[in-house]
Amino acid sequence: MSFDNNLVSVQHLTFSRGDRIIFDDISLGIQRGKITAIMGPSGTGKTTLLKLIGGQIFPDAGTVEINGQNVHTLARKDLYSLRRRMGMLFQSGALLTDMNVYDNVAFPLREHTKLTESMIRTLVLMKLHAVGLRGARNLMPNELSGGMARRVALARAIALDPMMIMYDEPFTGQDPISMATLVQLIKSLNTILGLTSIIVSHDVHETIAIADYIYVLSHGNIVGQGTPEEINNSESEWVQQFMQGAPEGPVHFHYPAPDYIEDLLTFDKD
Amino acid sequence: MLNILTKLGKNTRCSFNKLGKSGFFLGQVLIGVGDVFLRPRLLSKQLYSVGVLSFLIITVSGLFIGMVLSLQGYYILSSFGAEEALGVMVAASLVRELGPVVTALLFAGRAGSALTAEIGLMKATEQLSGMEMMAIDPIKRIVAPRFVAGLISVPLLTMLFSAIGIIGGHLVGVGMLGVDEGSYWMQMQSSLDFYDDILNGVIKSLVFGFVVTWIALYEGYSAVPTSEGVSGATTRTVVNSAFATLGLDFILTALMFGDI
Ligand SMILES: Nc1ncnc2c1ncn2[C@@H]1O[C@H](COP(=O)(O)OP(=O)(O)O)[C@@H](O)[C@H]1O
Ligand SMILES: [Mg+2]
Repeated sequence: MSFDNNLVSVQHLTFSRGDRIIFDDISLGIQRGKITAIMGPSGTGKTTLLKLIGGQIFPDAGTVEINGQNVHTLARKDLYSLRRRMGMLFQSGALLTDMNVYDNVAFPLREHTKLTESMIRTLVLMKLHAVGLRGARNLMPNELSGGMARRVALARAIALDPMMIMYDEPFTGQDPISMATLVQLIKSLNTILGLTSIIVSHDVHETIAIADYIYVLSHGNIVGQGTPEEINNSESEWVQQFMQGAPEGPVHFHYPAPDYIEDLLTFDKD
Repeated sequence: MLNILTKLGKNTRCSFNKLGKSGFFLGQVLIGVGDVFLRPRLLSKQLYSVGVLSFLIITVSGLFIGMVLSLQGYYILSSFGAEEALGVMVAASLVRELGPVVTALLFAGRAGSALTAEIGLMKATEQLSGMEMMAIDPIKRIVAPRFVAGLISVPLLTMLFSAIGIIGGHLVGVGMLGVDEGSYWMQMQSSLDFYDDILNGVIKSLVFGFVVTWIALYEGYSAVPTSEGVSGATTRTVVNSAFATLGLDFILTALMFGDI
């Protein structure tokens, strides 16, 4: 893929947690105005990648550039003004638990703008309407289901009309109806507002349906990339196994461990 | 032997490490303090939950400690025939020592632990990360208002504690034991010095409020983001605050009242 029209460009990124190498020299680009999906089994480091892109954690080597700015060398002030134009949807939603749904969505607007309360109200209700939760505005976060909380978090993430949104597992915990709406919503946000989207997910079908470009991660490396068709027709065993959800193949279901029988038969302290 | 030395070395290094980190954290909080006064609503909310909600425990404890002081004091003073000095004794112990120290200990248990748990849980549920990604500095938005609230609350609660304690002493001394009302107040008024006693007590309470709130906020902010981590941090807040308060009290007392 060409690297000229990239909003985000990750070069030779290496990152480890303790002894465990999460990323081993990966490079990838996120094209402007497109939906890019990052897929891979759970525990491969998808969330970690988003945190690296957001500048919350620092790589051991390599660079992450957004709009030509190196995220990890920016001064705090510049990083914050960059983040103002990035939305991030956390896996857990990360709603503020001492405020109701309405105030959560209004939060970034109140913190970053000088809009009047009536303008904020209009914006908040529009965003909540888009995620189908306008009627839930007075609920507290602990009264929401996981799927609803994530939709509120999405409304909050788009409150400031960012140039880019990072979605961490947006489809998990959604029922079929809200799933379809959400897929539609992500797609239309992208086309109507011209957003750049990064979707991290292991829901193969939904992601394939809306992504323009897909990266498949496994064991710290990019094992496949391309448009949805290219990925579907990929010859790579890894990619095929992941797409079809086959239990056997180059990707293992098990976290690295010693031989099972031997493990059961040895009795000594670890 | 070598093992013990290694362990000691490691612990010392850890403590210094922690001291450095908490110092850095304090610096960041102090930078954020200026903005707190531009957001009076955030501050008043914290003043309520940190300060106002501590009223009950401070009032009740102050009352009982004053009453007990009066009972004990009367017992000793009357053996010298000096019951009229009961008022001074109660007031001086409260204003100089018990007020600042006991208030700080109670504040750590009632409000400090709550601050640690609240911030630790916000961290564990990614609320702090979420804020950072919304370009809102959690130290400015969450930590600094709580710090200022603690700083303001502790001296006021200390004054409340001492005042109620003096009333409690009066209830027992004058009401039950029959000390002369006039001498209870008069001796107190003539013997207590504004600078030596009252001002020094206020300085102590300011220092304790600063340290206890700092410990509570730092423990919460640096907690391991799990249920176990938050519970450990809460315990450390109460224990470390108690050590810090008692240690500092000795040092401050020596500086203020001792001729060291
Ligand atoms: N705070 C952390 N400390 C240590 N290891 C972590 C931490 N967060 C994640 N990991 C490890 O990093 C790996 C990648 O995690 P994550 O990015 O959350 O995976 P994914 O989102 O792809 O499921 C996991 O194997 C996990 O064990
Ligand atoms: Mg994840």
